[in-house]
Amino acid sequence: MSERAVAVAFVVSILAALGLTAVYAAGGDPQVEGALLLLALGGLGVGLLGWAGGLLAHLGEHTEPRRRHPAADGDGDVAVATFEAGVAEVGRRRLLARLLAGAVAALGLAAVFPIRSLGSAPGSQLARTSWRRGVRLVTADGTPVQLGALELNTFTTVFPEDDVGSADAQAVLIRVDPTSLQLPPDRLAAAPQGHVAYSKLCTHAGCPLGLYLAATQELRCPCHQSTFDVLRGARPVYGPAPKPLPQLPLEVGPDGTLRAAGDFTEPVGPSWWDLPR
Amino acid sequence: MIVERVVRGLDERLDGGSFLRRNLTKVFPDHWSFMLGEIALYAFALLVLTGIFLTFFFQASPEPVVYDGPYAPMRGRTVSAAYDSVLRLSFEVRAGLVMRQTHHWAALLFMAAVVAHLLRVFFTGAFRKPRELTWVLGVLLLFAGIGAGFTGYSLPDDLLSGTGLRIIYSGVLSIPVVGAWAAFLFFGGEFPAHALLSRLYVLHVLLIPLVIAGLIGAHLALVWRQTHTQFPGPGRTEDTVTGIPVWPRFALKALGLMFVTWGVAAGLGGLVQINPVWLYGPFVPYSAPSPAQPDFYAGWLEGLLRLWPNWEFHLFGRTIGTLFLPAVVVPGVITFVLALWPWIEERVSGDHAAHHFAQRPREAPVRSGIGAAGVAFFTVLMLAGSNDVLAAFLSVEVDTLNGVLTAAVVVLPIACGLVTYRICRDLRDGGGHPIARPGRARVRRTAAGAFEVEHEPGGPAR
Repeated sequence: MSERAVAVAFVVSILAALGLTAVYAAGGDPQVEGALLLLALGGLGVGLLGWAGGLLAHLGEHTEPRRRHPAADGDGDVAVATFEAGVAEVGRRRLLARLLAGAVAALGLAAVFPIRSLGSAPGSQLARTSWRRGVRLVTADGTPVQLGALELNTFTTVFPEDDVGSADAQAVLIRVDPTSLQLPPDRLAAAPQGHVAYSKLCTHAGCPLGLYLAATQELRCPCHQSTFDVLRGARPVYGPAPKPLPQLPLEVGPDGTLRAAGDFTEPVGPSWWDLPR
Repeated sequence: MIVERVVRGLDERLDGGSFLRRNLTKVFPDHWSFMLGEIALYAFALLVLTGIFLTFFFQASPEPVVYDGPYAPMRGRTVSAAYDSVLRLSFEVRAGLVMRQTHHWAALLFMAAVVAHLLRVFFTGAFRKPRELTWVLGVLLLFAGIGAGFTGYSLPDDLLSGTGLRIIYSGVLSIPVVGAWAAFLFFGGEFPAHALLSRLYVLHVLLIPLVIAGLIGAHLALVWRQTHTQFPGPGRTEDTVTGIPVWPRFALKALGLMFVTWGVAAGLGGLVQINPVWLYGPFVPYSAPSPAQPDFYAGWLEGLLRLWPNWEFHLFGRTIGTLFLPAVVVPGVITFVLALWPWIEERVSGDHAAHHFAQRPREAPVRSGIGAAGVAFFTVLMLAGSNDVLAAFLSVEVDTLNGVLTAAVVVLPIACGLVTYRICRDLRDGGGHPIARPGRARVRRTAAGAFEVEHEPGGPAR
């Protein structure tokens, strides 16, 4: 770059930077600020690059020796000998050396324990949710779900009445034609008048299943496209999910609202090591 | 003069004069591809600067608050204090949105520069003895960068980041024996635990930046001490280094590159919207956005999850969750192979000598073939990470596309590897491009002592 071009770059930078202060004082505007920052910083950078590449080109390239990395000068051997002599000197007092090692190990052990404070024990939390027999199903805004209120072949997200928004108890309630459900008798009985509920947590990576494909009556996970057959016990028919969605057994309360008849048939979400089977 | 007094003062107390004398004239080889790592360094500096600004406004708290700021669609909604603070930072703090978006763009620029730098070092064999340790530090930087990016885009507590955290939680949960404990200790309990945001915040603004700064410092110290590699050329030898001295040319050039990097990041930050969390909405555990893609550097992990078969294993009456292989084992193996590559190549090739010349890819056809296979592998996985978007774009079913991608993730790396190997071998042995005939020039000296040049242009192979 010529001297003139470098000068132009610096002038652009100065003007853009002054413009920035004006824009800020006037209340700011992200787009204008971005454009001016590009010019202010870019002008400075281009000017410097032009200066180094063009105006200083006459300085040319230099050559200097590389620092060698010889292993042959013996320094390493001397260092090893010094270290080992020290170890031998310290190690002569065997009892003390062993006690020292013991003290370090014991301290290390003691230092590990506070890690336990970082979280609660998994225990049975993972295997249970807050659904219990008799708990009413409510939607995200807390409204109880009446039997028959849901349109045929549509779905809604439901929670236990006392745990709205729950991450593990969330369930999808779908109303289908009762004669189309292909479930074992006990699970069919837990789907009154075609109201069938499954855990909303995908058994692959635990994403909430947000998509109901009404035409094929399948639930699909928006994250990795695992697909579950609603009519056949939500068994996986496509994608990376390895096992069916647990079913939430339902019953109808005296006030005509849908209620849980117990917790899910299986632990919800993806599998883990201690998964009760 | 001030400089003179400072240098003399340092010299008298620390013998700093000889250090400065040696290093101001230290020579750095000059090649466009050597600046990729520098861009990562300058992007990191910009990340620190913009990040400090953001910490003054961000609140890492999941406490519910009712948003009453200027963004109308969200007004009256109960959101976390974290999400609320990001909206306020974006819409009410002057220059806040530019800072936030520049921070995000600088993160993408950092990762892109790190990846490009890694490819350059790989394909030119610059990682060979004595620079293996520099390579390992670089690989660690790559993964520290992924960690920084992930914890960073999880902080706004929006729907997209919450879904990503849920997937990571499930991945940790899948580890045999210790999975449930590890997930509960790291996340502070069953997902989504109250403690998580403040933990991610400490990781993002303190621990990971310290690790990255330490790794960069060690990486640069090694480059400085061992000298940079250079391409062979007239007058260049293995025992010498040819290039431009630190002062003034290299310093001016480096500063110039820094400001250009910052200008590009800030320009993008002001002009190109990124991570508009107000469109995604606040995190609720019972909803997920669709389509949802992570930032580009995590795309291959996402692709692995989408393509991996639905295998689940049972061992001694216990369960190995389906995520364990694609989310833990495969990335772990890839990390190890990448980090240990200099020694793997040394063992296989039997070349234990120190090298200071960088190679052209054609000079190591096997390595270049493996590198091309790796690039193809990661590219297909990245595409698979966006299979829903891609399927909609191509108007095909996701199921159909997944079949193609699953085949491609196996076939394409092998094909790319073999083709690259052949091209490199032919180039090395033939000295010309396999699909082009090189141009020639015939130089003739006339009786009068002048030279005549007769050009014969290159063209397609005969």
